[in-house]
Formats: sequence, C-alpha cells, structure tokens
Amino acid sequence: MTKHRDHIPAKEFLQRLESLRKGSISRRDFLNATGLGAAAAVMSGAMPGLARRAFAQGAIGDRVVIATWPNYHDPADLEAFRAATGAAVDVNVFGSNEEMLAKLQAGGTGWDVVVATNYTISTYVEQGIIEEIDLSRVPNFDRSATDPRFADPGIVDGKTYAIPRNIGTTGYCINTNDLAGGATPATWKEFWDLARGQLTGRAMVHDYQLTAIGNALKYHGYSFNSVDPKELADAEALLIDAKPHLFAINSDYQPSIRSGDAAMSMCWTGDAVQLQRDMPEIAYVLGREGGELWSDFFTIPASAPHKEAAYALIDFLLEPQMAAKEALFHGYPTGDARVDALLPEEMRNSPILYPAADLLNALEFGAAVTLTNPDRAEIMARFKAA
Amino acid sequence: MRPSLRTTLFLAPATAWLLCMLVLPLMVVIVFSFGERGAAGGYVPALTFENYGNLGARWAAFKNTLVLAPLGTVTCLVIAWPLAYFLAIKADPRWRTLLLILVIVPFWTSILIRSYAWIQILGGNGLPRIIGELGLGRPRLINTPFAVMVGIVYGYLPLMVFPIYVALEKLDRRLLEASSDLGSPPWRTFLQVTLPLSLAGVATGSMLVFILLMGEFLIPQILGGGKVFFVGNALVDLFLQSRNWPFGAAVAATLVIVMLVTVTLYLKAMKRLSGGRDDVALM
Repeated sequence: MTKHRDHIPAKEFLQRLESLRKGSISRRDFLNATGLGAAAAVMSGAMPGLARRAFAQGAIGDRVVIATWPNYHDPADLEAFRAATGAAVDVNVFGSNEEMLAKLQAGGTGWDVVVATNYTISTYVEQGIIEEIDLSRVPNFDRSATDPRFADPGIVDGKTYAIPRNIGTTGYCINTNDLAGGATPATWKEFWDLARGQLTGRAMVHDYQLTAIGNALKYHGYSFNSVDPKELADAEALLIDAKPHLFAINSDYQPSIRSGDAAMSMCWTGDAVQLQRDMPEIAYVLGREGGELWSDFFTIPASAPHKEAAYALIDFLLEPQMAAKEALFHGYPTGDARVDALLPEEMRNSPILYPAADLLNALEFGAAVTLTNPDRAEIMARFKAA
Repeated sequence: MRPSLRTTLFLAPATAWLLCMLVLPLMVVIVFSFGERGAAGGYVPALTFENYGNLGARWAAFKNTLVLAPLGTVTCLVIAWPLAYFLAIKADPRWRTLLLILVIVPFWTSILIRSYAWIQILGGNGLPRIIGELGLGRPRLINTPFAVMVGIVYGYLPLMVFPIYVALEKLDRRLLEASSDLGSPPWRTFLQVTLPLSLAGVATGSMLVFILLMGEFLIPQILGGGKVFFVGNALVDLFLQSRNWPFGAAVAATLVIVMLVTVTLYLKAMKRLSGGRDDVALM
C-alpha cells in the first residue's frame, strides 16, 4: 500500500519538484511522495461534477466491507468513495481464494464485496455463497467492452454472478542484479532450479495452492491445473525439496523484494508493474512452459449486510475514469476496452500488462476443480508443514 | 440462604462459561475429528479413524512446537528470573512501580504490530546490515527459528516476570536473616531459601508461557515466513485454507492430549522439586 503522509517539509517538496522537472522521478512518484495525488483524489471525489453518479448521502449506509488482494486498490480512491457517498470502505486483504472460501463457508464474514478469481465462481454459485448481480444497479458495467474470454467465467447458466474487474498473469519477478551477470531466466524450470541453486534462501513462493502447486507442475511440463495423483506427487516432491531453500512462503512478497531480502518471487502482473516502477532491475518472467492466466471479478455474497453500498462501490470503481486511475495504481489491465483507451501509452505498450501472443497462448485459466480438490489442499498444507 | 446454594449461585456464571466455551466446543472438536471432509471442504458426519492415522503428515509441526515451546519457556525463565529478582529485592522502592510499569508498557501496543516491527529489525536492512558493516558477515535472521525465538521471548517475557516477581516480593525477609544468623553464607541462603521460595512463581510463569506457546501461531507466521511451522499454524491452514475440518479437529484434539500429558509431567516434576507440596505448581 502506498503511504500518504499528512504533510511534507517545504524543502523536501521543492527537491521533489526539482527532481520531477529534471525527469529523475515520474509524475506519479511526485504526486505520491508529496501527498498531492491523495489530495487531488479526495477533492475530485468530493466534487459533485466529477463523481458521475450522485449518491444520496447516507442512503447506502456508512460502511462497506470488501475482501480483496494485496496492493489492489489505491487507498485514495476508496477515500474518494467515502467522500462521495459517506460510506467508509473497510478493506480485508487475502493471499488466496481458498482462504476467502474458508471464511465464506464458515459464515458471518460481514463482507459486502468479494474480489474472486475466475475458477471460484462456479463453486460459489453452486454453494449459494454469491448471488446474481442486478445489472441495472451497475450502469458503469459494459459487457461488450470486455473480451468474453475474461468475462464468461462470471456467467453461470446464463445469469451474471460476477463482474470482471482485472485480468492478469502469474509469472515470477526476479531482481536481475542478483543474477551475477547470468542471463534472465525464461522458464519455470529455471525458477525452481535458481531457487534451489544460485538464489537459495532468497526465493519466495505464494501461500496459495493454485499457483504454488500449478507452477511446480509446470516444472515437470504437466498442466497447471492437474489433479492427477502421480503428477501431483511429482509437484509435491519438488515443493518439499525446494522448501529449505526458500526465503518465505507468502503471497505478500513486495516488501521482501523491495528490501532486497528476497531476489525472486512468484508474482502477479500488477505487483511486477508496481515493483518495476521503483526498481527497474526487476524483470517479470512468464514461464515459457505456461502457467496461469486469470481474471478477477466483483461478486456480492448472499450474506452481504450492506448490499446498496456494495453496488455503489462496484459501480464507482467500474466507472472508466476511476478504473483507469486505479489501473495506474495497481498495474493490472482491467480487460475493459474503455479503460484501456484511457491508459498512457507506456502502459498500453507494456509487455508485463500485455504479454506477447506466444507467451499468452501457453497460459491456462485456473480450473474450478483445483479449488475444492482435497489432494491439492492437503499437498499445500503438507508443503507448509514440512 | 444456605451456604451451598449461595456457592452454587456464585459459581453459576463461571460454570456456564466453562460449559459453553470449553466443554461443548471440545466435544464438537472430538466429534468432528471422526468425520470426513466435505466435497468443497468443511465437515461431513462419519465414523473413521483416518484423520488420526494421517497425523504423521503434521509431525514436523508437532516437533517444532515441542522443541520451540519448552525452549522459549526456558529462555524466558533465564532472562526473567534475574530481572524479577532485581525488581523485587534490589531495586530502589521509589523506582519499583515505574520499573514494573516499564515491563508492561509493550502490552500497550498490539503484538501484531510489535511483531511486524521485528520484521524490519531482523530483515536484511536491519541487524544483519549492522553486523555486515562490522565486517562479521551478513547472517540471515528473518524467517528462521531464531527469529521466531526472538519474537517469542520478546512477546512472552512479561508473563514470566510477574509471577516470579510476586513470589519474590512476598518472600519473608526474616527467613533470610534467620538463615544468615544461623551461619549460612549468602550463596547458601540464596540456594536454600530464596530460590526454593520463588519456585511457585517460576511454576506459574512457566505454565502460562508454555501453555500459550503450545498454541502459538502468530509469531511463527510473521517472523517465520511460513517456514517455521507450529501446530497452531497447521490448524490455521487446515481450517482456513484447505478447509479440512475433520483432520483439523484431529490435530487439535491431539494437541490438547499432548498438552495434558506434558503439563501433568511438569506438575509432577515441580511437586518433587518442591518437596511434595501440592500448591507450589499451581501457586
């Protein structure tokens, strides 16, 4: 999360301004460091002309709770929502869909919006965890703007249960300064070999069965989604073998990469963009063998206590200008053509956001079976307990 | 009102509490531990011993807990005893209250935040960097058992200090004088009077720290980076990730049994050490 300070000393402000003029820092960094970005966002949210839809103050309540991913929303945008509607956004951050599912199954989460990944939607619908979206309450959603490949997992039996938010890939980020002049790797095989060799003690793996196991399966050339017992056994053997060499098993890897404690980590698109912004030496690698392509969705749990506010928040974040502003922060493509058109040139040309076709074609969407498969769940738990 | 009725009434809230918050949940755990995992996770009623048969898959977690919990307890004790002795006996009474408050001050901040602070201190840009600048190499501290031990001792020390302090503070000074009058050198007085009389505090402090440590999961999670795994972490994983409630229940039930056994052995040992007094271990 970006830290916004309350104030900045005048001298530092002038220094930053000078750096901005000389081009040694980006406009974004300048706005972040000085707090002007947050101030502008709050103001734009508070100005009735800028907030597209007028929300009657208090009509949606004073609170909305969203379960989402690390580094996924600009706090300033959520603050702008509060300024526009009076509802404060309570953010619950998770490292895996499985963790979200566990909480939803246990009940009593109090969540109003859940950001869920493609492979969970059908299970959530079957279990009655999420309810159909009333599209009339999200006027900012335009189905025709999103590639059906990414939007379709949100539709079950012809009904829309989930609205696409972001799309992305799962690769790995690596600090090229730590490669001692070696070539930047290009495969998952190299990831696991580096983790157990040159980068021992400095590699991170997601605390997330889908990607941790999926990318271990890729080492052996199996499908990312395999639930075949023999193939899973091979993946487990690799995970257990790599474990003593790992720096950590954690889905919030940015702090460790930034501090230099870790040199390499399984990584999602947006985190790679965020890291590369500040550390140009970070490379983002999509394994040539394949890996994961995903789309995330806004969903509303059947148990949501503040449904009005949930719809309001989703619609607020879907508005193309706002979605583009969010994309600048989180670094994920939204998959929405209207938003793409608003992004700066360098983002539209970024190979991290929009990988080359041959790399993209090798990727797989996570399969629903992996969410509930008991073997994968137990392998992940054994890997961590080993 | 008859005394027995009055006693019953006074004890009713505590009894209800224990029944609802301990006995019933424990029964649920035991029943669940013989069940099966549902298709999407959760619990399906069944009668199987398979969950107990699979306990071997969590051996590493039990081993870590059974090594690090006693080690953490002993380390706390070694650091806490001299501190408590200083506070109770040596410290200037005018400063005593202030010093005692200083021991509690860390509790004013959440353990979560304090543990995150240790990430910075033990991370590559913290202590290891300072050690590196001194030319002593650059050890890796974070995400190791050492980091977890540091977090444990840091977090639990006050729980050990206070019971020992209380025991030493109420120690009857006339006993020390008597020992001295009867010709004992100070070291002998210490070994035969002060130390044995502090045992009640030691026992209480150790129990507090040990029992809480056996269920610890936060410190290993934060300072162990998912690599130093306690039974507590295995439980969190089983309930909150892999959603295998029956196996989780079996692990939990086993942990309770392991705890009962170790605590019983400990109480027996303390009883022998204090010459057969029953009250010492429980204070």
